[in-house]
Amino acid sequence: MLEDSPFTIESFYKFLCERKLMATKCCKCETLFLPPRPMCTKCLSTNFNWVKLEGKGELISYTVIHFSTEQFQSKTPYIIGIVKLNAGLNLPGIIRDMNPKQIRVGMNLLVDFDTSIPLQWPQWPRYFFKLDTLSS
Amino acid sequence: MTQKNLVSIVSSGLSKFGRLEGKCSREIFAEAAKEAFEKCPNLDPVKDIEALFIGHMGESFEHQGHTGPILADWASLLPRPAIRIESACASSGVALRMGIIAILSGMYNIVMVGGVEKMTHRTTMDVTEFLTMASDFPFEQWNGITFPGLYALMATAHMHKYGTTEEQMARVAVKNHHNGALNPKAHIQKEITLEKVMSSRVIAWPLKLYDCSLISDGASCLILTNPNIAKTFTDIPVHIIGTGQASDTIGLYERDELTTLKAGRLAGREAYKMAHVTPKDLDIIEVHDCFTIAEIIAYEDLGLCKPGKGGNLIDQNVTSLDGEIPVNTSGGLKAKGHPVGATGTAQAYEIYLQLIGQAEKRQVSGAEIGLSYNVGGSGASATAHIFKRG
Repeated sequence: MLEDSPFTIESFYKFLCERKLMATKCCKCETLFLPPRPMCTKCLSTNFNWVKLEGKGELISYTVIHFSTEQFQSKTPYIIGIVKLNAGLNLPGIIRDMNPKQIRVGMNLLVDFDTSIPLQWPQWPRYFFKLDTLSS
Repeated sequence: MTQKNLVSIVSSGLSKFGRLEGKCSREIFAEAAKEAFEKCPNLDPVKDIEALFIGHMGESFEHQGHTGPILADWASLLPRPAIRIESACASSGVALRMGIIAILSGMYNIVMVGGVEKMTHRTTMDVTEFLTMASDFPFEQWNGITFPGLYALMATAHMHKYGTTEEQMARVAVKNHHNGALNPKAHIQKEITLEKVMSSRVIAWPLKLYDCSLISDGASCLILTNPNIAKTFTDIPVHIIGTGQASDTIGLYERDELTTLKAGRLAGREAYKMAHVTPKDLDIIEVHDCFTIAEIIAYEDLGLCKPGKGGNLIDQNVTSLDGEIPVNTSGGLKAKGHPVGATGTAQAYEIYLQLIGQAEKRQVSGAEIGLSYNVGGSGASATAHIFKRG
């Protein structure tokens, strides 16, 4: 339904409602982008296609946040990681359902979706990471 | 070698850093400006200063935007043009560079550069929120990543890749608090122990409270002139001989490497090249220790050691006040304090004092060449400046 969506960050988040993790690919030089952008930073082309990512990857760094902003303080302590997806793109996010003691750089994680729409601006749904039990 | 004096510093001012109860940023800036005027009796500020370049990060702290002309007014410099520069925590490092460029352009001969921030009247949670605005909103802030969180992600990656330890990071804090205890304008003038850092509460693992710089109020400024007229105003000018600046992605996650700041490396390289100076020539350095890991990474990005060896410099006391190359003699952001908009020119203020031999108890004897290194956010902007005693 959304394959002709504009190549914007807003579109990336709207795709999450369909449980899709979408990146864009430059039609000219085939560079992948996450987040999507209106112009390819490699060849300056403005022609893209949407590409659905499988959402699997490897944790390259993490932290456990104990003190946060008002919006997130009630969730502390929570784990944040940066995952290098198998497609080669990095994605940061919350890692759910994991004991901080279990976590280690290099572990396999999987993107999942929380499609509920938050009340606050910009009302985007959220993705999060969880343990990829099949690949671990 | 064709080393060129780009501009000269003929005076400087720094307010007390700390919790300045009841004072707002314009009043704090006036305190810094007053010091710079008093130290330079041959200068008639109202007549001679032609423009101001001011670093100021956040409207949110005081619900006050449009701060350029306000600061010009409180420094008694109306109707001079005032240019406010926002580059997160590198705001006044960039303001310094803009002042240099303004003089090099030939448009001005004398300018004031500086910066200010008022932060301590807000709750720590509010400050965390406001500072977070200097990171990426759609992917970092929206996912609950804080600033300590971003530097913690760098720290974890550095620990994993190079074996850097929490103790090494803690030693950065101990060193900088030692220096801060010797600086009468520092926010915290107290030594701390390794145990105190290690046992402080976790903010964003592996970073603990004492790995984090301070939330402070403060202002700083420098008066820059065309080098040809510097001696009109002072017998001991300090020349700026190199400047560098670079940009990177706003998102930390978008970068190939989490253990280095590319913009920082490039800024340093540009400044070294312009100044015809290598890291070995430096006598003192002020780096952006917003978190202890940032100082370790700065050693590597500025070429003081190879990538991954920053922790060793701390272990071997190379960067201590009595070490081979003292870093953050002022106490750094860690102990002197970090009123974000003021930090870049406050670093330059310390280098200036050291090079003219007025750093008192923390004076590094015979210092001739210094470098200041100011980073914005998680490294989306960085500036480096190289200074030489005139």
